[in-house]
Amino acid sequence: MLYIKNLHVAVEGKPILHGIDLYLRGGEVHAIMGPNGSGKSTLALALAGREGYDVTEGSVNFMGLNLLTMAPEQRAREGLFLAFQYPVEVPGVANVQFLKSALNARRVHQGLPELDAMDFLALVKEQLLQLGLDESLLYRSVNEGFSGGEKKRNEILQMLILAPALAILDETDSGLDIDALKIVAAGVNRLRDPQRAILLITHYQRLLDYIRPDHVHVLDHGRIVRSGGPELAQKLEAQGYGWLDDDLQQTIPGEETRP
Amino acid sequence: MNENTTVRDAVEQEYRWGFVTPIEQDTFSKGLSEEVVRMISAKKQEPDFMLEWRLAALRHWLKQTEPNWASVHHPPIDYQDMSYFSAPKKALKDLSEVDPELLRTYEKLGIPLAEREALAGVAVDAVFDSVSVATTFKDKLASLGIIFCSFSEALREHPELVRQYLGSVVPHTDNFFASLNSAVFSDGSFVYVPKGVRCPMELSTYFRINARSTGQFERTLIIADEGAHVSYLEGCTAPMRDENQLHAAVVELIALKDASIKYSTVQNWYPGDKQGRGGIYNFVTKRGECRGDNAHISWTQVETGSAITWKYPSCILRGDNSVGEFYSVAVTRNVQQADTGTKMIHIGKNTRSTVISKGISAGHGSNAYRGLIKVLPGADHARNYTQCDSLLMGAECAAHTFPYIEVRNPTAQVEHEASTGKIGEDQLFYLKSRGLSGEDALNMIVNGFCKEVFKNLPMEFAVEAQKLLSVSLEGAIG
Repeated sequence: MLYIKNLHVAVEGKPILHGIDLYLRGGEVHAIMGPNGSGKSTLALALAGREGYDVTEGSVNFMGLNLLTMAPEQRAREGLFLAFQYPVEVPGVANVQFLKSALNARRVHQGLPELDAMDFLALVKEQLLQLGLDESLLYRSVNEGFSGGEKKRNEILQMLILAPALAILDETDSGLDIDALKIVAAGVNRLRDPQRAILLITHYQRLLDYIRPDHVHVLDHGRIVRSGGPELAQKLEAQGYGWLDDDLQQTIPGEETRP
Repeated sequence: MNENTTVRDAVEQEYRWGFVTPIEQDTFSKGLSEEVVRMISAKKQEPDFMLEWRLAALRHWLKQTEPNWASVHHPPIDYQDMSYFSAPKKALKDLSEVDPELLRTYEKLGIPLAEREALAGVAVDAVFDSVSVATTFKDKLASLGIIFCSFSEALREHPELVRQYLGSVVPHTDNFFASLNSAVFSDGSFVYVPKGVRCPMELSTYFRINARSTGQFERTLIIADEGAHVSYLEGCTAPMRDENQLHAAVVELIALKDASIKYSTVQNWYPGDKQGRGGIYNFVTKRGECRGDNAHISWTQVETGSAITWKYPSCILRGDNSVGEFYSVAVTRNVQQADTGTKMIHIGKNTRSTVISKGISAGHGSNAYRGLIKVLPGADHARNYTQCDSLLMGAECAAHTFPYIEVRNPTAQVEHEASTGKIGEDQLFYLKSRGLSGEDALNMIVNGFCKEVFKNLPMEFAVEAQKLLSVSLEGAIG
């Protein structure tokens, strides 16, 4: 599904990621944890194709395609989805219009007929209900005046509608109260499928109580310094990120994370 | 999105309406004098009062100098170096006599002239260079007492109405360009909607400049009698030429008691090339007067063309409880310049006005909003709300806002809001990351920005305006 090999990324000439190796198979959920400034969001944005996030070395293979040569919209149409840490407001553009355009862009690419307004509404209303969102959200401008929780749930709504092959969630849990967190987690769990992979980027272990990952990786200073099962997340929760630094003195960064 | 490619690409796309129609035209030799004015008037077999009015305007114009306060720059205009009249040679009586070449021109432009367009439900008057070539649906409108015809015809058939209202909102002494227009205007549209009649269809005029070295000076006069309603749309294009051509139109609207007029413009004159060679100087005076109580005048404009735009569609709110509105989208790219806005003059009690202006600048475009809100002493409880937003694309464009507010009544309430923003990389990336192409993303953002204005356009024209905007900004991102 996704095969990241020795990925180096620089932002404005400043190296942020120093050789990331990661391998996600269909059906897997991976969590990437790490302290602030460790490069988690940089990884997410580089995978989504954000301009200014320059890949200086390495390769990324996504479903047999060379991801790094593809424009952001091509990546999306091939089934890569990034739930933004900070969803962007687009004044004057109705959420429903945005969602429908996005879905139809993907459907056209897949050789499927575009959904008409009726079918689309039926699809979207069902998802709204499950996410505890009011229908009025569809007719408001994209993210404009949304509460923090509404913005995050709107990201999940987009994800559920677009049904991506690979979903990357960039700190979707931050700023959510426990009820909203449960709703978001349920949404993500509904998407779990042998044909799909999910990459959860989070600072806290809390989200992982509701979405159980198959693998946990710890990112620090632009390198994956630890990989393990769910128990690694619990250790981080209990001990913080501090112990990693001491531990790091004795390991060669990234060595043990090769797939 | 790379800003340099943005600017370069925005600059490089083509104007699609730039063709010339090969048609025999009767064009006056260059120059402006009393003799030329007399010739225009004679050509059109006008009544004496009209000739006198034109001559008075010319004499006044000769004493005036061109205004220079607008935030635009251009080389001096030589008013003796252009022709003041040009018309297709054949005289026309109805559609069947229209030169097929001319019909093809309007077809190319997508303007419905022939009967088959009856389905479109839009009555059209088309002005080709200086004369009106065809007016559709005249009979249907006449059955309701609505007069919709060329200005020349109105002078022949309804001289008393023209005489009563012409110059009553924009006098021939109003300003330099209005005086020039009053002296030499060759044609235009005339609308009269009688008492209590609601015009059942959109009325539309399509203006086309074809001939070289001509100015276009049309005059539009719309009168909505008591309780009448009318919605009117004008559109304009011109061939691509490397010379600048002057378009100095005057539009007067008169809404009597309980009447309403909605006037929409989609202006797409040739804007000149990327170095700024050629293009239309669009120096236009548009003003409406709510002459009776509870009258309502609404201006909506989408301005994407012209090398220079200088226009301020305004409302004189004389009647008590009358309402004036101005909704504008102005796009400038390459080296286009626009200085546009409105004047809302509150005279009557409880008068209300709304101004929504959206300026989009790309390339080296310069976009200024200039607006006056004036509340006179008698205008108790007058209210105005003004909102001016500017969107910048690239690093070399400019946006200015010049709001003037004059309030002489303590009960008045005037609000002004303004914002300036750059088109967000974040927004573009967000939409692209959902599978939208760069162009679709840009269109979505820009259309969102303009939504408050577009929603005031009649439905089919809102669609047109969105298309025009997307064509205007095509290739604007890399």
